[in-house]
Amino acid sequence: MFEHTEVNASHCYQCGKCSAGCPLSEEMDYPPSVIMRMLQTGNPDLEDKVLRSFSIWVCLTCEMCFARCPMSIDIPKMMDFLREKSINDKKANPKAKEIVAFHKSFLDSIKFTGRLYEIGLFVDYKARTLRILDDLALAPKMMKRGKLNIFPELIKDRSGVAAIFRKSNKKNKN
Amino acid sequence: MSKIGVFVCHCGENISATVDCAKVAETAGNYDGVAFSVDYKYMCSDPGQNLIKSAIKEKGLTGVVVASCSPRMHEPTFRKACAEAGLNPYMCEMANLREHCSWVHEKGEATTEKAIDLVRILVEKVKYNQSLNSIKVPVTKTALVIGGGIAGIQASLDIANTGHKVILIEKDPSIGGHMSQLSETFPTLDCSQCILTPRMVEVAQHPNITLYTYAELESLEGFIGNFKARIRRKSKSLDEKLCTGCGLCTIKCPVKKIPSEFNEGLGKRTAIYVPFPQAVPNKPVIDRINCTYYIKGKCKICEIVCPTGAIRFDQEDQIVEAEVGAIVIATGFTVKQPDFFPEYGYGKYPDVITGLQFERLASASGPTLGEIRRPSDGKVPEKIVFLACAGSRDPAKGIPYCSKICCMYIAKHAMLYQHKVRGGKSYVFYMDIRAGGKMYEEFVRRAIEDDGVNYIRGRVSRIYEKNGKLIVDGADTLLNAMPVEIEADMVVLATAGVANEGAEELAQKLHISYDPYKFFAEAHPKLKPVETNTAGIFLAGACQAPRDIPESVAMASGAAVKVAGLFSQDELTREPIIAVVNRQAPPVYSSCVGCFLCVSACPYQAIEKEEIKNRDGEVIKSIAKVNPGLCQGCGTCVAFCRTKSIDIQGYTHEQMYTEVVALLNEY
Amino acid sequence: MTLGLYPGCSLKGSSREYAESVLAVAKAFDIKIEEIADWNCCGATAAHNMNKELSLALPARILSLAEKQGMTEIVVPCAACYSRLTLTKHELSKDPALKAAVTEANGLEYKGTVNVLNIIQMLDKYITPNFESRVVKPFDHKVACYYGCLLVRPHEILKFDREEDPQSMDVLMLKAGAIPIDWAFKTECCGAGLSVSRTSSVGRLSGKIIGDAKDRGAEAVIVACPMCHSNLDMRRDAINSYLGEKIDIPVLYITQAIGLALGLDRKALGLQRHFVKVSV
Repeated sequence: MFEHTEVNASHCYQCGKCSAGCPLSEEMDYPPSVIMRMLQTGNPDLEDKVLRSFSIWVCLTCEMCFARCPMSIDIPKMMDFLREKSINDKKANPKAKEIVAFHKSFLDSIKFTGRLYEIGLFVDYKARTLRILDDLALAPKMMKRGKLNIFPELIKDRSGVAAIFRKSNKKNKN
Repeated sequence: MSKIGVFVCHCGENISATVDCAKVAETAGNYDGVAFSVDYKYMCSDPGQNLIKSAIKEKGLTGVVVASCSPRMHEPTFRKACAEAGLNPYMCEMANLREHCSWVHEKGEATTEKAIDLVRILVEKVKYNQSLNSIKVPVTKTALVIGGGIAGIQASLDIANTGHKVILIEKDPSIGGHMSQLSETFPTLDCSQCILTPRMVEVAQHPNITLYTYAELESLEGFIGNFKARIRRKSKSLDEKLCTGCGLCTIKCPVKKIPSEFNEGLGKRTAIYVPFPQAVPNKPVIDRINCTYYIKGKCKICEIVCPTGAIRFDQEDQIVEAEVGAIVIATGFTVKQPDFFPEYGYGKYPDVITGLQFERLASASGPTLGEIRRPSDGKVPEKIVFLACAGSRDPAKGIPYCSKICCMYIAKHAMLYQHKVRGGKSYVFYMDIRAGGKMYEEFVRRAIEDDGVNYIRGRVSRIYEKNGKLIVDGADTLLNAMPVEIEADMVVLATAGVANEGAEELAQKLHISYDPYKFFAEAHPKLKPVETNTAGIFLAGACQAPRDIPESVAMASGAAVKVAGLFSQDELTREPIIAVVNRQAPPVYSSCVGCFLCVSACPYQAIEKEEIKNRDGEVIKSIAKVNPGLCQGCGTCVAFCRTKSIDIQGYTHEQMYTEVVALLNEY
Repeated sequence: MTLGLYPGCSLKGSSREYAESVLAVAKAFDIKIEEIADWNCCGATAAHNMNKELSLALPARILSLAEKQGMTEIVVPCAACYSRLTLTKHELSKDPALKAAVTEANGLEYKGTVNVLNIIQMLDKYITPNFESRVVKPFDHKVACYYGCLLVRPHEILKFDREEDPQSMDVLMLKAGAIPIDWAFKTECCGAGLSVSRTSSVGRLSGKIIGDAKDRGAEAVIVACPMCHSNLDMRRDAINSYLGEKIDIPVLYITQAIGLALGLDRKALGLQRHFVKVSV
């Protein structure tokens, strides 16, 4: 992990300040300081558990942990790295299905149009998660307030954006 | 004609494992000027030394090269052996075949060749060695102790009890230091002032101790055994001889709202004040910054009510010049105000306080007379939270090191709270518990097991105020980092122990080293904890690093013994490896041109100007002169001198050049 | 000098009123604003969660476009987009190899010369000097200024305001005639991107924020990020369900509050688009 993120797990002395300040820690299976400990041990079983954890997906990257950490450990950067690896290694926690699906739907949307098309995002998301009824009542309310575009905004250089996706996905299988 | 003896040591296997010692000895034996060459297993042992002594006597050796370990190990050993055999000890040199050769290279021909080279260059050098004699310096048998806390008090008493005079200076109006601010001490829960004040009184009454309070060191000159100190006695605006300590002035003073330093800002004091009731000396001082008379020219009530007429508004600072032979620095430490942790709200919420402030609350002589009460509304807190490491072990915002005493005083604070507030609930958020001293671990266990203090392992992320309570958001790392939220009435932060504000300035006045945290540097972290790199100046207590009372006292006694050892001789012996400015016959007198670059280069202020006068007293020439008592032989002046007029005895230009030439020439 | 504008996806859709208020305020002060042509989505949370190179390439493209169009300074009203753009700029300046890889993926030259401002920095720079004198309807209410996460963290890179108890929005609101209150949830996360995939979490986190604001007597919450606004406003049902009571405190964008103080038209500021009625 160190080569990719410059985050050195050995700096962590398990003070727990990150977990104490993390807004989502009570919803995590392993709060951030526990994840750090699991990685510190170098134990491949624990590393595997980390990649399969729910914690990394419910993390909001709110940067609170990094702001408070006495050792200035870049935990958000570490979480990004773990997420990417979890997807590439196909280890994403099933409980995080909706969260991962949302990210994938989001990226799919901008891959084709260059900008987010909310309706497209919702349709894609519901197809992935089968949460058809969720937020259904929201759509008309948003439309009434002029917040929902019926048609996508297509940028001119769509191929340029698609190329970016292609090139950065070369190494990964998303 | 030189007759040099070469003694090659095997050092057990340390040298012989990689160097062929026999070959080195054999090769050296063939050099010009070498009359005797031998190798032996342990040169520093008795038989080894006898080998050297007999060789000197039998062969009439004029010089000795011992090829063995580092001179830092055994130079004194071998020089003493030579002296005992009748050879001037400075004719003995050591070639370091161990740290510089055998220990850093693999076994092989090249390593042995290097060893041979090392011996050869020393042999050539010794041919130019001169007999040198140790320098004798007189000793003034008075000690200066800077700082009147427990360490300074202990050192002063110990030195004074050996029969020598002590001058003790303290910058605050009273001695006592931080120990006088504590309520009870760990691990015995002794009342701090009860055990301290007898010592304070002893200091004040001791015939050998001169006590100057409200005084600081102005400047220092000189060298070990011969220091000249200038002490500034700040004006107390008081004639101490007339003052009886009745305290009437402090009662009548109309300026009553100054935050009290002794009470860490939790209480108030007057402009003319005695810092605490047990102060020594128990005489007030006037705080000129806040006194109405000095600001506006009015009031003078203290002068009016004083029954002995002791007030002196016009009194000026006094400079006292003292000649001392040794100095003990015992200036202590201070606490780092935790306002650099905005997430903890110190300074914003009055009920978030420091450990030292808690001591004042718990102390019977404190602003709440020993009751634990919230500074905001005076209520007794039912729930109190203690945060460990609020500043220490924190490279991001605080200091990276551990302040050593906090784990213990947190346990103490929690216990005091539980004893004073029956039914109260206390929580300690900690990372580790460092309780390494005698009876310390048992003390902490007592807090947890007998007094019911709740220890939670984890740091607190933030503290905020809601509805008059302090919400503390922490985590229990021993329970999978489960979030823990406590609605506390008071929070106590265990602050970091750091060097005093004036520490750097003082270190520079004394010419002693200090570390990046401005703590004074000891001469060797393991083996010389009470000495500094400056001869004659010793350290005691927390000015060197955060420490507790027993260690400070031990260190103070250690420093005192060093001083007593220094004073047990009438003269001091110093190594003659010092710089000397050459002198020649008139009319040259010296090749020194008097540019005095060396004077500014010398880190020890050891070079003076010497005027050469004719018989009528007219000055012919000004040249540099090295003070043999101060010079440390560092050689900086030698490098600076443009005319090569200054040289180090034992390491002259000639000797150095010879070594280089010998290295480059193959035999 | 033209100030570049990077609206980001939300300002074009679900947070349209934010864009409206930004443009209305800019117009009131004659600030020349120009949208970056053919801008793409910055990737927001999804990109950096899934693919590091993608998360840097998409914002880099935006900055490259701005450079190409001769812009020296851009304002990014969305705090998340601001965070991504600033972090990308920082990463690429630190690591030349990364910069090369990203430039290659983009096919566009990148120099890193564009100055990126968040909405508060833009307001402080362009309108604050003349603001107070132009206030006609002081926003005389107790307001809780909510900064959220990404405006102030990580401080070493953003170097904006301060991480704990920031004050920049409070100062602006004070100038607008408001009474900013001291409260405990200024920088606590609202639930960010979990709005759709885990609405209950948003209910809890945003609920705590609204709850504390209400307890301290706030009459409005002021925000500077469309994600925060969405969570605090559009998801009010989830919040009410968490708190167990119906809370009516409206959530306004800083530009809307300033617009109101300047006497601008309510419709022009998009106040009718909110889920929670703006009665102030």
